[in-house]
Amino acid sequence: MILELPLLVFLVMTAAGAILAKDLISAVFILGTYSFTLALVWALLGAVDVAFVEAVVGAGLATVFFLLTLSTASEKDTQIRRSAIPWTALIGLPIVAILLLYGAADLPAFGDPGSPASTHISPIYLEGSVAQTKTPNVVTAILMDYRSLDTLIETVVIFTAGIACALIYGKGSA
Amino acid sequence: MIQAHDSVIVRTLGRVVIPIAQLFGIYVLVFGQHGPGGGFVGGVILAASMILAVLIFGRDAPDSWLVTKILRGDGVGLLIFAGVGGLCLIGGGQFLNYTHLQIPGLDDPSRHYVGILLTQIGVAADVAVTGVSIAISLSADDEDISHG
Repeated sequence: MILELPLLVFLVMTAAGAILAKDLISAVFILGTYSFTLALVWALLGAVDVAFVEAVVGAGLATVFFLLTLSTASEKDTQIRRSAIPWTALIGLPIVAILLLYGAADLPAFGDPGSPASTHISPIYLEGSVAQTKTPNVVTAILMDYRSLDTLIETVVIFTAGIACALIYGKGSA
Repeated sequence: MIQAHDSVIVRTLGRVVIPIAQLFGIYVLVFGQHGPGGGFVGGVILAASMILAVLIFGRDAPDSWLVTKILRGDGVGLLIFAGVGGLCLIGGGQFLNYTHLQIPGLDDPSRHYVGILLTQIGVAADVAVTGVSIAISLSADDEDISHG
């Protein structure tokens, strides 16, 4: 509880920094910081697997991909020139924010055992994982066994992304 | 094409860090059923270590032989994953229902355990190859393409 507030403040600060940074390379590094802070928040909330993925993909691989893309761009393309903020955004975005906060007030409390997400099918997974699959990590059991078809399609998506990149960039990948 | 890095510090540190990262990636992959991690994260760590090798030593250096080998394995991970599902079909059950993996001497939970492990290896292989492939695609500049 003590750590949560500074982490959230730092999260908002890094997000704003990534948007407001003058050149794109600084923005990429600040975005990596943002992902790493977000990973710490996930770990604090108990979602260790999500934190792991966020740290490795968000702070690691995505940063490398961004930097590789920027390294081939010329210097005038990585500098950002900003125009004035349109007044529609100044009025519209606060309204959307208020609506979202109003909707968020109706969400079940964090860790509520009576919330729909905890009562429908997750008890079956939690109780059956060790007995049915000998896998103590329930997240892995759900991803790879109970919902393995979804994971298969996700793998197809990743494969397609690699193929598309290789096709777009021509003779890059063998 | 990415040029090899000429700093001694970077090259020496790379030789130390890359094997450790690869070992950790394999550990995360195999240990995913008992702790945090799994096929996806393990594959990404393996991909990151190989991208690091390409960035430090260059693509054609002897130190990054694994990268040139692994790029030929595009789609192998997907085949492993779908192949496990196909084995379940051959065993007389539904697609990806690991109970029907016909492995003698194993009870149903153990078959699920083996099925999860095999599919995780498939996901890791797919993610690792795709990560390296995207990184190499992105780093290919115009000169590479025009000169073939």
